[in-house]
Order: sequence, then structure tokens, then C-alpha cells
Amino acid sequence: MKTRFDLKSSLQENRLFLLRATTLIVFVLILFFALIARLTYLQIETHEKYADLAQNNRVKLSVINPVRGLIFDTQGRVLAENNPSYSLELVPEQVQDMPETLKQLSALLPISDDEIKLFEKRRQQQKRFASVPLRNRLNDTEVAVFSANRHLFPGVDIQARPIRHYTFPELTSHVVGYVGAINEKELKTIDPVNYRGSRFIGKTGIERTYETELHGHVGYQQTENTAQGRSLKTLSYTPPLSGKDLTLHLDIDLQKVAHDALGDYTGSVVAIDTRTGAVRALVSKPGFDANLFAKGIDQTSYSQLQNSSKRPLFNRSLRGQYPPGSTLKPFLGLAGLDYKTIHPHQKIYCPGFYQLPKQSHKYRDWKKTGHGMTTLHDSIVQSCDVYYYVLAHELKIDRMHHFLHKFGFGQKTGIDILGEKSGLLPSREWKKRTRNQVWYPGETLIAGIGQGFNLTTPLQLAHATAILANKGSAFTPSLVANIDNKNQLPATTLPIKLNNPQHWDLIIDAMYDVVNGARGTARKISIGANYKIAGKTGTAQVFTIKQDEEYEEENVVEHLKDHALFIAFAPARNPQLAIAVIVENGGHGGSVAAPIARAIFDKYIQVTP
Amino acid sequence: MNWFFKTTQQTSPYHQRKGNVFRRLHIDFTLLILLILLSSIGIIILMSAGHENMGLLNRQATRLAVAFFAMLVVAQVPPHALKMFAPWLFLLGTLLLLGVLFVGDMGKGAQRWLDLGFFRFQPSELLKLATPMMVAWYLAERRLPPSNKHIVLATVFIAIPTVLIAKQPDLGTAILIASSGLAVLFLAGISWKIIMGVIAAGAALAPVLWSFMKDYQKQRVLTFLSPEEDPLGSGYHIIQSKIAIGSGGLYGKGWTHGSQARLEFLPESSTDFIFAVFAEEFGLIGCIGLLTIYLLIFIRSIYMSIQAQDTFSRLLAGSLSLTFFIYLFVNVGMVTGILPVVGVPLPLVSYGGTSMVTLLIGFGILMSIHTHRKLLSS
Repeated sequence: MKTRFDLKSSLQENRLFLLRATTLIVFVLILFFALIARLTYLQIETHEKYADLAQNNRVKLSVINPVRGLIFDTQGRVLAENNPSYSLELVPEQVQDMPETLKQLSALLPISDDEIKLFEKRRQQQKRFASVPLRNRLNDTEVAVFSANRHLFPGVDIQARPIRHYTFPELTSHVVGYVGAINEKELKTIDPVNYRGSRFIGKTGIERTYETELHGHVGYQQTENTAQGRSLKTLSYTPPLSGKDLTLHLDIDLQKVAHDALGDYTGSVVAIDTRTGAVRALVSKPGFDANLFAKGIDQTSYSQLQNSSKRPLFNRSLRGQYPPGSTLKPFLGLAGLDYKTIHPHQKIYCPGFYQLPKQSHKYRDWKKTGHGMTTLHDSIVQSCDVYYYVLAHELKIDRMHHFLHKFGFGQKTGIDILGEKSGLLPSREWKKRTRNQVWYPGETLIAGIGQGFNLTTPLQLAHATAILANKGSAFTPSLVANIDNKNQLPATTLPIKLNNPQHWDLIIDAMYDVVNGARGTARKISIGANYKIAGKTGTAQVFTIKQDEEYEEENVVEHLKDHALFIAFAPARNPQLAIAVIVENGGHGGSVAAPIARAIFDKYIQVTP
Repeated sequence: MNWFFKTTQQTSPYHQRKGNVFRRLHIDFTLLILLILLSSIGIIILMSAGHENMGLLNRQATRLAVAFFAMLVVAQVPPHALKMFAPWLFLLGTLLLLGVLFVGDMGKGAQRWLDLGFFRFQPSELLKLATPMMVAWYLAERRLPPSNKHIVLATVFIAIPTVLIAKQPDLGTAILIASSGLAVLFLAGISWKIIMGVIAAGAALAPVLWSFMKDYQKQRVLTFLSPEEDPLGSGYHIIQSKIAIGSGGLYGKGWTHGSQARLEFLPESSTDFIFAVFAEEFGLIGCIGLLTIYLLIFIRSIYMSIQAQDTFSRLLAGSLSLTFFIYLFVNVGMVTGILPVVGVPLPLVSYGGTSMVTLLIGFGILMSIHTHRKLLSS
């Protein structure tokens, strides 16, 4: 360290510092007297004005929460409403003997030690004149018992707070969703003024997607208070703007039929009205009790739901991605026709397996003995795999991708609830981009029977079925029919133009025979129906069978069993409703998934003949 | 006033003895008494502002104890060691600030905290001390008054933390850090011509600064200019705090009898706006008394800095003294409505931990500088 022993400059520096320090003292004194002057002005000059204002400051501004919008089904039945919830609250400042009061209250009402502990904790954190809840969600009897004895408890009162209530908590748990306490992350994104008094926010489903509409706008009121802060009268009132009511396209009856038809299986059902894109049923099983969340779920119940192997919180209809299996065949058949790689009456021989030229690997048909000479019609009716190996091999993956893309595979449908997954429609480019690998011809074959990389959501499958049923022109699936009595107009999707429009009928005829033909894979569900269904069964492999292994149903553990799929629309010649059913580990589409669709059609087609 | 300006070198036998004990412990008795007096008043106001919430008081008392302990520890560190650490502390602080910008916890919409697992730490607090230390360290090595080149470099040292903290965004702390650095420059003797030139340029650049401000900062300035425009939003603070102060009058409403704070009209009554609670309950007389304690602390501190023996100590001590008073001025100015609301607590009185520790460590540095002097043989 260099130190200059330059006496003269050191002295100069000393003098300079002294001068500057003195300047600072003068500066600080100026600031000091400026503050004193300001305080004198406020506390002496304008004291009277502010003393008046403080007196009148008995006037207190408080927030009035808007009422959250209700949610109805298509027939006007309430799905989500606001019920009053009563809580017993104490104002510590007004309670004379707290321990005694708590003792007497415990004698009167079933108040647990935990509630008292929690109350004591909250009391520590709050102002002495603030109301602190002791017991939440009092039942009617408890309310009555306390009300009768209220005069004995000064400073104790019952407060009513609205709480969200779902009429069909399990049926609509995934589609309507639920509200829950606002968390820290949400706190940063919401408007702090509008949510000043709100405790809940939409977390999933319609409740989340339409949060802005449902929440409404906060109101204010000015009240004149006593010196203790108790309000005497209301001076001004800016009413809150209630949230808007939503009417859904969803039909709760249909939802229930689908839900019940799935039985104990996990899986999903989506039903879309082909004439408008209105989603009539959107079921994901298992569901859960949405009211648990609205009331404020406890940690145990939450982790139970979260750790359950059946994943009840997972919305399968929007986010479950499954291989479409054979349900993809009608679309691929249409692609083959449109690109002229197959002729409608051309026959392909099915020996029960297929081999790529110069390769030994056998791509198997589900039917070991083979289907023999097979036309396009037969290939759909009997779900011949070899036919689609041949078709896919000639079509090539990129043309398959291009054609199927028009039906919405591999992309979000644009339904009006958040969280939808886009599925996966593979292509050469996709594989290069995401895995940096080349595409193998064998992968095209597997894609030809809806396996391999292909993934679809139940919603996508239903939407694609609706497009097929409508011969190319359809609507974006939508759940909300009207907001505050204003109808939401259906949005059309880009129409699909085929080179030969008659090809639509060829495919639809084949799907008709899947259900109504003598050899159709879903022929059982036609029995006793007074309308005609067109459909396609599917079975999606959960795990891959090795080359020389047999899939033996009895030997496969439950969670590795194939998924059963079924897509359908009815009436076949004049479609109203398109359905996709996926039953996880259900086995065969024809025997497990198809009857579920039939049950829904029975309800819907008869209701609106 | 002799007791006030007494130094440990005074010759009266009494002072000699007493001075020696405290000097050996590196404590400045006068300053210690004033600081204890101020924090005791703080606890008393907090009792009223926090509505006798014992939990709140306990936490504040604990923090004060920790902060006073930290002050006494820092007072043991000799100034030459502080000088040696200065650039490293500054570098560490700046890196932590950058860390906060990238990985910091988002607290209340502002990125200020660094979560170190066991405790959360605000790097801007470190820079409140490290910035004046850095500038003092840099200028102490040069001939004073500093040349233009050194002024520019020193300005860069001030600008780095100021800009980073303003970006967080924490305008209040950014102002305090900038003023602590500029105070060093001023004490080092930069010419009045430059000072005036900078002030003029600053006035001209104000519109540019405006365009860089975050929406909520603009809102605060606009609200400051006309609080009545937004009585439900940010103007509410200022209106209610002026009512509290004004209604206090000459003698005040008496301890725990301020209706504004009691009926919860006054927001943030135990943190940034605690002065309004004091003014309401103790009136103008109380306010003058309280402000005088702050003034005495400042004068004692600046006196200690004049007594300092080397340039680094002198510049640092002078800057710390001034910053302490600026702290007070910004807070009281904002609460009384002559400055915009920038979120600066009332030093040693407002409820809250980190700034208290930093302030008292600053006084620890002052005490160290004052008590480590060597007797000059004249």
C-alpha cells in the first residue's frame, strides 16, 4: 500500500474534508427543518381539517365480493352453484373471558381440540378486533343451537360465506373442474384489485378456462363505523358485478349414462353433436369429489387422490394420449382411396401376416389364420391388419401424415377448456426433428394399424369421427353454449374436399357393416336398436409382444391388458352424435367399448328423434 | 454540548477512565446510548402500531438484539481490514445481485431475495455498505480532489449496483445506494461545477428515466403528484397517512389512542408508515423530539468521521452518516407526502429485519473507525 507522506497535500485534504463535512451538516439541517416545517404545516396549520377527516374516518371502505357465475347443463340443470357456508367466528377484543368462552362453546358445539389450536394460532396473527373463525362449515343443527344461545356469547357470531358447490361433483369433476384457494403463483397473475376479497379461483376445466367470466367484478361499500370498528350504516355502495352464468352443451343425463356404462373401468368417453360441434358428454374415469376442493381439501385426501394408481385427477378425455389402433383404419382407407393407392374393389390376400420385401420380420394380423381375399369394405368390417400394412406401405408415412392431419390428428381440437394435449401424428420430419433419426419402412406399417408412434386423445378421436360422419365439414368442439344468455356461435373447421366425394360413402358403408353386417366386429350392439349405428372397433396394445410370443389374454396382468376402443356415429345415414370410447385395459373394442357407445346413443337418439 | 463532542482523548480523569473501557471494547458510548434510545422508542410505537401483537414485538426485539450484536462485532474489525475487504465485498455483492436477477425468489412482484436454503438474504443490503466502501477504497488511493478520470470510474462503481437494484425493482434501495456512493464523491471534494452540471443534466434526463420506469413506479409518482386521483389504489396510503399525522396536532392523541392506525385505515402501519402512527399519537412535539434524536445521531456520526485519521475511514464514515439521515428523510418525506412512496422503512423503528441489521453494522463500522485511531504525536 502506497501512502503519500506529502504533508502539504494531506493538510489540504483535511481542510477540504472538513469543509465538505460542514456543507453536509448544513444540508442535513436544511432537510431537518424542511421536515419540521412540513410536520408543522400538517399538524398545526391544517390540523383541524385532518382532525375532522379522522373523525369522519369512521367511514370505512370495504370490499364486496361478486357472486361467482353459475354453470348449467344444456337443459338448464345446475352443475355449479354457490351455497352459503356458516362459520363460527370470534372477535377477541369483544370477548371478555376467552378460555371460559371457548370452554362453554365446546360444551355447546362439537368443537375439536385441533380447531381450538388453529384458532389460537390465527388469533396470534390477527388484530384484536378482527373476526377469527373457530369452526367452519357448521351444519343446520349447529347453526340453530348457537343462534338460540347467542345472547350468552358477546363477541361470537356466525358468518355466512358463499362456497362453491357442485351438484354432480364426481360426474363433472373433469369437465366443469373445480375452484380452490388462490395460491402464490396465481396471486402474481391476477388483478389484485378485482381479487381483493376473493379466496377462490378456478383451477381446472370450465371453472379455470372461463375464470374471467365466472368471477365477475368486485364492488365497494362505505360504511360508517363506531369507534370500535363495528359498522353502523352504509353510506355509499358500488355494487359488485356478478360473474356471468354459463350454460354448457353438456347433457348431464348423457354424462351419467356414459359414466355408469364405463362401470369400474378407467377410461374416457367423448360425445359430440355432429351438427354443431356441441360436446354432450365428456367423461374421464375415475373422477373425484370436486366439492372436496371447493371446501378446501386437506393434505391427506389430496395426497390420496394424487397417489392413487388410477390417477383420478388426470383428465383422460383431454390429456390421455392413446394409440388409436384399428379406429384409425377408416381414415387410412379414405386416404388410400383419395391418393388412388387402392381401388374400392381391389382384393388383397391376407395370410395372417405381412413381410416387407427382402425382410424376414413377420408383421402379424390379429387373426392368426388370416382373412383371405379382402376388399377395402371387408378390411374395415373385419378389421384386417394385413390390408393396412399393404396400404400403408404404398401410401408412405408422409402422405398418411398429410391426410390424417386434416382430420385433426396430432393437433389440439381447439375445444374451449384448457389443458388439451395434441396427441402425436408421426412423420419423417417429426422423427428427424425430435429424435434425429431416420424413418424406417417398418414403422410405416405399424403406423398403418394405428400403433407405433401414433397417439390420440379421446376428444381428438371423437372430433375426427364427427368430421367423417359429416363427410368432411364439421365444427370445433365446444362446451359453452351461452354466456349470460348470449349464445356462442359454433365455429366450422376447414372442410375436407376429396377427389371423389363418393369415397365418403364407401367408408361409411363399411363402418355401417361393422355394426350392422353379419361379420362386423361390433355386430352385437345393433340388436334391438331402432336406429342405425356406424362405427369402428379398435384395440390398442399397451405393451409390445415379441416376435414369437403369443398375446394370451388370461396371462396378462390387468394393467398391461390392451385398451379397448370404439368410435361411432348415429344415425348412420343422418348423423347426430359422434362418440369415442376408450376403456383402459378393457381388452376388445367390440365387446367392451361398443356397448358403452350404444347406451349413450340409446339415450341421445331417442331423446331427439 | 461538551459531553456530546467528547472524544476518548479528552484529558479529564473521569473521561479518561470511562473512555478507556469503552474504547477497549471499541464502543462509542454516546452513539450507543442514542441508538438504544431510538430503538426503544421504536418498540414502543410498534406496540401501538401492531395492536399489541406480542408475536410481532418479540420478533422485532430479537432482530434488534441480533443487529446490536452484529454492530458490536463489526466494531472490533479494524478499519484497515475493512478497507482490504472493500473491493471483495463489492464484487461478491454484485455477483449475488446478478444471481438474484436470474434465480431470485419472486417476492411481492419484485425480485430481491436470494434463497440460500437456510435463510433468505437480500444482496442489496450488502451493497448498502459495500458500495460506499468500494468508492472510498478507490478514491482513498488517489490524490484528492479526484481527477475526472477517477470520478468517472467511481461513478461506474456506483451505477452498477444502482441499476441492478432499480431493475429488481426496488427504487427506494437504489436511491439509498446511489446517494451513499455520491456522498463519498462529494466528501472527496469533486468540484461544485461538476455537481451543478450533473444536477442540470439530471433534470434534462428526467423524461428518459420516466420511460424506463416500471408501471407501478410511474403509478407511484403520479399518485404522489395527485393522490386524490386514485383514492382506492395507491393514493389511499398517502391520504390516510396525512390524515393520521394532521389529526395528531401539537400534542397527539396519546399512546395507543390513534384512531387511524387502530381502526386500520392506515395501511402498512407497522412497517413503512409507522411514522404516521407516531405522529398521530405523539403530535408535533413528539415528532420534533424523534427527529432530533435522528439529527443527534447524524451529528455524532459526522463528527466521528471528521475525527477519522485516514482518507478511507473519513470518506466511508461521512457517507454512512449521511445515508442514515437520507434514510430518515426519504421515509418521513414519503409518509408526510412531500416525496413519492418508494418503500423505505423508518430506520431502526419500522418493523422488519434486514435493513436494521445493515444500519447497525454501518454504525459498527463508524465505531470501529472512531475507536481504532492512534494517538498522533504532534
